[in-house]
Parts: sequence; structure tokens; C-alpha cells
Amino acid sequence: MSVDIATVRRVARLARIAVADDEAERMTGELNAILGFVEQLGEVDVTGVEPMTSVTPMDMKKRVDAVTDGGKPADIVANAPATDENFFLVPKVIE
Amino acid sequence: MTDLTRLTIAEARARLRAKDFTALELTDAYLGAIDAANGELNAYVKVTPDHAHKMAAQADENLAAGKAGDLEGIPLGIKDLFGTEGVHTQAASHILDKFEPRYESTVTANLWADGAVMLGKLNMDEFAMGSSNETSHYGPVKNPWRAQGSNVDLVPGGSSGGSASAVAAWLCAGATATDTGGSIRQPAAFTGTVGIKPTYGRCSRWGTVAFASSLDQAGPITRDVRDAAILLKSMASVDEKDTTSVNLPVPDYEAAIGQSIKGMRVGIPKEYRMDGMPEEIETLWQKGIAWLKDAGAEIVDISLPHTKYALPAYYIVAPAEASSNLARYDGVRYGLRVPGKDITDMYEQTRAAGFGREVKRRIMIGTYVLSAGYYDAYYLQAQKVRTQIKKDFEDVFSAGVDTILTPATPSAAFGIADQDMASDPVKMYLNDIFTVTVNMAGLPGIAVPAGLDSKGLPLGLQLIGRPFEEETLFRTAHVIEQAAGRFEPTKWW
Repeated sequence: MSVDIATVRRVARLARIAVADDEAERMTGELNAILGFVEQLGEVDVTGVEPMTSVTPMDMKKRVDAVTDGGKPADIVANAPATDENFFLVPKVIE
Repeated sequence: MTDLTRLTIAEARARLRAKDFTALELTDAYLGAIDAANGELNAYVKVTPDHAHKMAAQADENLAAGKAGDLEGIPLGIKDLFGTEGVHTQAASHILDKFEPRYESTVTANLWADGAVMLGKLNMDEFAMGSSNETSHYGPVKNPWRAQGSNVDLVPGGSSGGSASAVAAWLCAGATATDTGGSIRQPAAFTGTVGIKPTYGRCSRWGTVAFASSLDQAGPITRDVRDAAILLKSMASVDEKDTTSVNLPVPDYEAAIGQSIKGMRVGIPKEYRMDGMPEEIETLWQKGIAWLKDAGAEIVDISLPHTKYALPAYYIVAPAEASSNLARYDGVRYGLRVPGKDITDMYEQTRAAGFGREVKRRIMIGTYVLSAGYYDAYYLQAQKVRTQIKKDFEDVFSAGVDTILTPATPSAAFGIADQDMASDPVKMYLNDIFTVTVNMAGLPGIAVPAGLDSKGLPLGLQLIGRPFEEETLFRTAHVIEQAAGRFEPTKWW
């Protein structure tokens, strides 16, 4: 399978990355090189093989459903580019 | 007085306890070395002298009071991927501009609890994506090694290139690193240092910037095998904050150093004899086999039939996980924000400006293979192949093989801005051909220096072990180290 420039634009949109025209063209070539490389996986007979979900045979650890941390809004917003009274500020999303 | 920066961790530990010098003196020796060398090597992205002095002073108090921890007063470099409270943590990316977490990663917290001293944060490939440390927002790191009679700058490997360069150039006693496809072992091999990626689940991933969560593991890069055992013992722990942290006690790895390997069964996988592999790599491998045989090990030919599919499967699984992990960098909660005409435009402009070329490429691949209509063909197929790769290893281990010996990399260090690598991303990816299988199967792997090539550049061998049998790797790597000797670059910087 290979991708065309329209697919690259669609994927860039899904990934939320703005892509200029020349960049989209270059990415098409690079992505096709990588997709060409991974194509060989189709050769492997995986009939009856379960997809891996965990490399270590273990049950997921569970903890008590209790509050173990919190009460530190100033820490949470400390690194944000724009905040107001411990809220994150974003461009208007509701008209 | 001898140059304190030349001491191994074990040597420095003994002499600090003997009061031959203080932790402050040792720390100042390293800070001086960094000051003199970093302009040239670019191994550190942030040096933290104030933190270092404070931690060293505390270490001296503890040493004087006879309460020394395992790493009391040992100055370390920390890869920029580990969250360090109040200190530069950017995964060498522009998108995490000015990020200083309000928390400490479990791995670094373990080191500080044992008395270690932080010298600063180390350069790396952006988000640990790369094999040459050239994708860093802070520019490439130089390898302290150069070919004989040459002044051409070489890469230190990646993604933990800053860690490997700093350890080899005596800019820290040891360093933390991480390995998703070979990012500890390949740079260790390129710089004549020792690097171990422990079993998945041995070191907590909590507080470390995520790349591919099912593959990422932290581990040390050090100047010798004993030091790697000392550092791993401190870095590893059982952590309630990481659901994949395995509930097994951490052994005293150092006790494995010097134990005999008599009767150990060492597997030699025929699939690691690649077409076009340089003769020197094959020769090195044969030397390694001879050393282990001389030490009483039994050499067994083995087959790992799915080896060639590990790298292509990795380039589906790792980008898929990365595209999901890196979705959080959107200009809202931390790091860079580029204004846009609406919120979507703000996301798109921020991510376009904040991520480098290789990171964007991998996010794009990951998004594509997870998108509707392609999931089964790519992602599901890759995860099934991954099951087979793991089964290859399980089969040889259950047939009685204790450890597997392979080359660490298909070549020695290459030049910065190598044209072949720059023009074809797949060529760069092939650097990890011998290491990536280990991440796909969640196993431990160690790279140990084993010789120099005809140009005088270091080459390494890799040992792969059963899950949670890191001790076997330390034992066997020490045998190789004893036979091969240690390798140090000639100082030019």
C-alpha cells in the first residue's frame, strides 16, 4: 500500500499538524519509503496467532478507588502558556 | 592529585567513604570538566551547578555521619526524558519549551534517595526518536571518539547520545538513559561504554516522558559492567504509580560480578548474520564466542526465525503508540503555544512549529496505521508478529539457553550529517536491527565494549537474557569485559 498527497493531508489533519505544500510532498515520499519497508510483514503466517497485548504475563495492578493526590491547582497550571485563576485559557470554542 | 573524573563509580564510592576526597570536590571536578568540554561535545542541554552543590553538601554530611547511601556523593547526568522537579525537562524538544515539572520521576527519585548528585540534563534525540542524536532541538552531540588520524566529528548514537558521550568523555560518573528500540545499547556500543536495558517492568516509567509505552525502559550507561550493576540496582524498583512495574524484589546485581559462567549455555542466533554485515563485526562476534567458551560456557547454535520482521513490526507499533502519547502536546497545558485563528488552528500551528521532522514523520505513520481501514492490515498484523518474535525467544530459553550473544550494532559510529542516513529514513532505522528484537519481546539486553575496528573506533557485543535475569547478563558481560579490556577515547576536546 502507498499513500498519495491527499492521504498525507488527511492524516496530517487527524494528527493536528499543519503541513505546508512542499512539506506534504516530501512527507509523501518518506512515508511511502517506510510503508514499503513494513510491507514485508504480510509474508508472516499469523493464522491462529493472538496479537500481543502485554510482553510480561501479569495481571494489571489495581489500587483502591480512593483519592491519593490532589489539592494542587497551582502546580497543575504552573507550566501552561496561558492561565487565569487556575484555569487553562484556550481560544474561544463556543460561538 | 589524580583526575577524579577518571574514577569509576565503584572506585569513587570507596574513596569517598575512605574520606580521600569529598563529594563537593568530586562534583566540582565534574562541573569543571563539563564547563571545559560541553561547548564542543554538546552532551548537556542544562547544567545544574546549584543543585549539584546542594546535593553534594548533603552527601558530605551523610558520609561524615556514617549514613552513606549506595550512591552517596556520586555525580550523575540525567537524560532530558526524565522528569526532574523544577529543572529543565523537555525531551530535547521545542514543543516542551521551558517545561519544569512539579514532580520527580520514580527513577531519579530512587537515585537521589540513594545519595546521588545531579550534574544536569543530557541531550538526546527529540522524544527519544533517532539513532544518532541529530534530531535534538538542541543540536547534535559529538562522539568523544574519532577515527585514527581523522578530525571528522562522529555521532554518539541515539537516542541516549548525550548520556553515552558524557560518560565516555568523563563528564559524569554514570548516566541515566532510556531504550525503546536500542537507545541505550546502540550509543553505548558507539562510545565504548556499557549500557543495559532491563526487562520491561523492572524500572518504573512514572514521571518519564513517554514515547512508546509498551517498549520504553530506563537503564544506565556507565564506564564498566560493575558500575552498570550498581546504578541499575538503584534505578529499579517496584512502583505503585506504574501499573506495568513488576512486583519482584530488586536483586543485588553487583554480587553477580565475578561469578563463574562455567556450564552456562550461550545461544548464537544464525539470523543475526546479516547480508552485507562488515567482516569486522563477524570477527568481533567470533572473538566473543571464543572468550565465553574459554570461560567454560557451552556454545549452542540457535534459530530465531522471526528476527527480520522485528524492525518492520517496530516501525508500526512504536509510531502508533507515539502518535497517541504525543497527542497531549497541544499548546494548552504546558510548553510551546503558537496562536491560531481558532483552537484547531492553534493546535496545528503549535504542533507544526514544536515538533521536529523525525517526530512528525513518526506521528504521521502512527496516525495512518491506526486510522480506519488500516488498523487490521498494519497494527493488528504487527502485534501478531510481535507475539511470534517473543515466542522465538521463549522457545530457545525453554530449550535450556541461558543467554544469547549477538553483535550490538551493524557498524561503528558514523559521521554527523551522513548523507546516506539523511536521504533515507529506513537506513537510519537499520541501526537498531540487532537491538529492537529485545524491546519487542520485553527482554533484558546489555551492550558491552568488545574491541576496536580497523579505524580505532569502538564496537560492542550484546547479550540478551531471560526476563528478570539481569544478573546472568552482568555475570557474562563481565567475562567479556575481562577478556576484551576497557576502551577510552583520546582526549581532543
